[in-house]
Amino acid sequence: MTVFIIRRLLQSVLVVAVMTVLVFAGVYAIGNPVEILISQDATEAERAAAIARLGLDKSLPEQYLAFLGNLLKGDLGTSFVFGEPALQLVLERFPATMELAICAMIIAIFIGVPLGLYAGLRPDSWGGRTIMTGSIFGFSLPNFWQGLMLIMLFAVILQWLPAGGRGERGEFLGIESSFFSWDGLSHLILPAINLALFKTSLVIRLTRASVRETINLDYVKFARAKGLKSSRVIGLHVLKNIMIPLVTIIGLEFGSVIAFAVVTETVFAWPGMGKLIIDSIFQLDRPVIVAYLIVIVFLFITINLVVDILYAILDPRVRLSDQKA
Amino acid sequence: MWRSLSTATFAVGMVMGATAHAEDITIAVASEVTAMDPHYHNTGNNNQIVGLIYDRMLHQDSNQQLEPGLAVEWGPIADDVWEFKLREGVKFHDGTDLTAEDIVFSYERVPNVPNSPSSFATYTAGIAEITVVDDYTLQFRTNGPYPLLPIDLSTIQIVSSENPDATTEDYNAGTASIGSGPYKFVSYTPGESIVLEANPDYWAGAPQFDTVIYRPISSDAARVAALLAGDVDVISGVPTSDIATLEGNPDIVLSQGVSNRVIYLHVDSRRVYSPFITDNDGNQIFNPLQDVNVRKAISMAIDRDTIVEEVMEGVAIPAGQVLPEGFFGVSENIDVPEYDPEGAKALLAEAGYPDGFKLTIHGPNDRYINDEQIAQAIAQMLTRVGIETAVETMPRSVYFGRATGGDDGSEFSLMLVGWGSGTGEASSPLRALLHTRDDDSGLGRTNRGRYSSAPFDATLQLALNTVDDDMRAALLARATEIAMREVGLIPTHFQVNTWGTRKGLRYIPRTDEYTRPTNVVPE
Repeated sequence: MTVFIIRRLLQSVLVVAVMTVLVFAGVYAIGNPVEILISQDATEAERAAAIARLGLDKSLPEQYLAFLGNLLKGDLGTSFVFGEPALQLVLERFPATMELAICAMIIAIFIGVPLGLYAGLRPDSWGGRTIMTGSIFGFSLPNFWQGLMLIMLFAVILQWLPAGGRGERGEFLGIESSFFSWDGLSHLILPAINLALFKTSLVIRLTRASVRETINLDYVKFARAKGLKSSRVIGLHVLKNIMIPLVTIIGLEFGSVIAFAVVTETVFAWPGMGKLIIDSIFQLDRPVIVAYLIVIVFLFITINLVVDILYAILDPRVRLSDQKA
Repeated sequence: MWRSLSTATFAVGMVMGATAHAEDITIAVASEVTAMDPHYHNTGNNNQIVGLIYDRMLHQDSNQQLEPGLAVEWGPIADDVWEFKLREGVKFHDGTDLTAEDIVFSYERVPNVPNSPSSFATYTAGIAEITVVDDYTLQFRTNGPYPLLPIDLSTIQIVSSENPDATTEDYNAGTASIGSGPYKFVSYTPGESIVLEANPDYWAGAPQFDTVIYRPISSDAARVAALLAGDVDVISGVPTSDIATLEGNPDIVLSQGVSNRVIYLHVDSRRVYSPFITDNDGNQIFNPLQDVNVRKAISMAIDRDTIVEEVMEGVAIPAGQVLPEGFFGVSENIDVPEYDPEGAKALLAEAGYPDGFKLTIHGPNDRYINDEQIAQAIAQMLTRVGIETAVETMPRSVYFGRATGGDDGSEFSLMLVGWGSGTGEASSPLRALLHTRDDDSGLGRTNRGRYSSAPFDATLQLALNTVDDDMRAALLARATEIAMREVGLIPTHFQVNTWGTRKGLRYIPRTDEYTRPTNVVPE
């Protein structure tokens, strides 16, 4: 187990190294951020000074080596735009994105699993068909459009919920979060639904497929033959076995929800990391782009690790130390 | 991990739970500010907000005309010496007096802000020496005649000298955010909100709103939705495609005003070969844009009225020079070039291109209102007179670097760009866009077409050294006439901005495109 975790961490360092090289070369190829940042009235001398101050007058390998040197000291660089440490900027916005992602995953699981279970157990019923047809919409409607429709319906026409932004934070057990105030929750609902719709459809379809597969297996038939109650057969034998693929997918999707909340955060003006990264890309703020991606890479690796460990707990046949990960 | 983080970082944002009442106002703007340090980053988006907390020696009113601010009287006492008399009794938000010391401190801080991506040093570079005559009198000695000194000083915010070592972080956190403007700093939560409260002791009287909340909403559709939902009271940048719908909505008031921004084409007029110009078979040819008649033909081939009516949905003004009428230094003798495709063809034939040639127009697709569509429309118009034109647009992060190019000039041949005159008079675009490029003086810094004309340069130089306002205005107009006659660039239209407010409020448009609560009035 320990060996497994260490190997994973070493891999992640390698991934980060490759990623930083790619991002450096990529952003360098796009252009010079000073062109966008500097005032139109600035003189050539001021422009040159700004370029030198940001270290952009050096060659690409020199810039990269300087970055690596600072990285070893734990410094991911200073944002070109904000003039603050890039990692700090990313982490400041981390809780907002995390809130949104957790809320979206809760919605996806608590709506997706029961609906998928129903559709799997009664595939030919009217309800089962409706659920499956509905899930196609969740998949195929563009996220951006969905978000705007949610705003139009619930914020503009019905005026039940705010159209965007992050609300007041409440405090509970020393943690401040939108979850603990009504205003905060009301701001959270629409973006969370927007982010959750696609994942809900995914969970529905996955649950249904797993149920359809499991329900005909011998051990389920045997359990039924033993005369166990239907609720126990489904609740224990079926559900526990379909959890294995579900946990894998939900885990991986959780990572992608955090990393790619960009569209939702833009539509709902949610001050999370996604909003920051999209602005940073537009302004070629390389230190922030790199810091964000490093955070995301580590997040994915951590989630994968947790998924693997959960996997071993759920499926006693799996031994982590045996895996050539 | 995120639990401990959230506790630490949320504390900053908690102040914004201010109680709502009638005199509060929430404003949604398209971009996020990059810092609350007024000397850190010279962008309109930052300046419109920090300019509420801090005050300036002189103000630019809604039409960018100078008004007294912290200075009540000013004028040249010699060709290169200016005297400013300060308003007495002005206090900072912490109760201390604002004196000449604070002004000197602020101007000295400007060039020395660490990490500043775009400093205000351009506006203080012409000052050789500042002399404090007494607490309320200052003399500026300049490097040569400097008629733009009052305008340049109107861009620089005055901070308190009580915080000599304050960093940008201190301003962001609010500990050093002590100004003397109409609103006081309450909180700044990056990406989320900026909260300000009224300064009842402001020298021009207490402002109209008790609390002002700025929120960045970058998506146009979401910003309009927030206004419709009643989440915000004012939005900037109403997209042209939504104007017709919003006009029919009784709960929304739209306000429109021309800006100081001209949209124009830079023409590669110096190089012997231009990168995106070939003959009709794709072979390299000598750059036809060197010929003034070809440039004139392009200008005549552009149907500006159609661009305004169709592409801009009526929300723009056709342009024949670099600033709209009413601004200082604008020429009254220049008409908007008439659309004349037959005349354009004749001029092309006369210049030796009866069958035209091929060229590519480049433009940004996320910078100006409807920029991509404008480039497409122009390409079609040029193709109609025989110049087969392809269109290539790209995000601004890629575009502007390539448009400016390196030592050999721009990477493009014909490019769509815009210029907002920060000074509110004609010298700003004339200096930057049309003067022969000269790295030492900074003139022609953004002259991407490398237009160069000795009579133009001489006239402009003379204007820049003329302190007398009337004479300078006439010289600037004269310089504009020369450049437009030689088609140094091809203006297409002036951008008109649209603000949306909820019923009961109205926005007094600003030519500098700022969105400020001080311009919001009852309907």
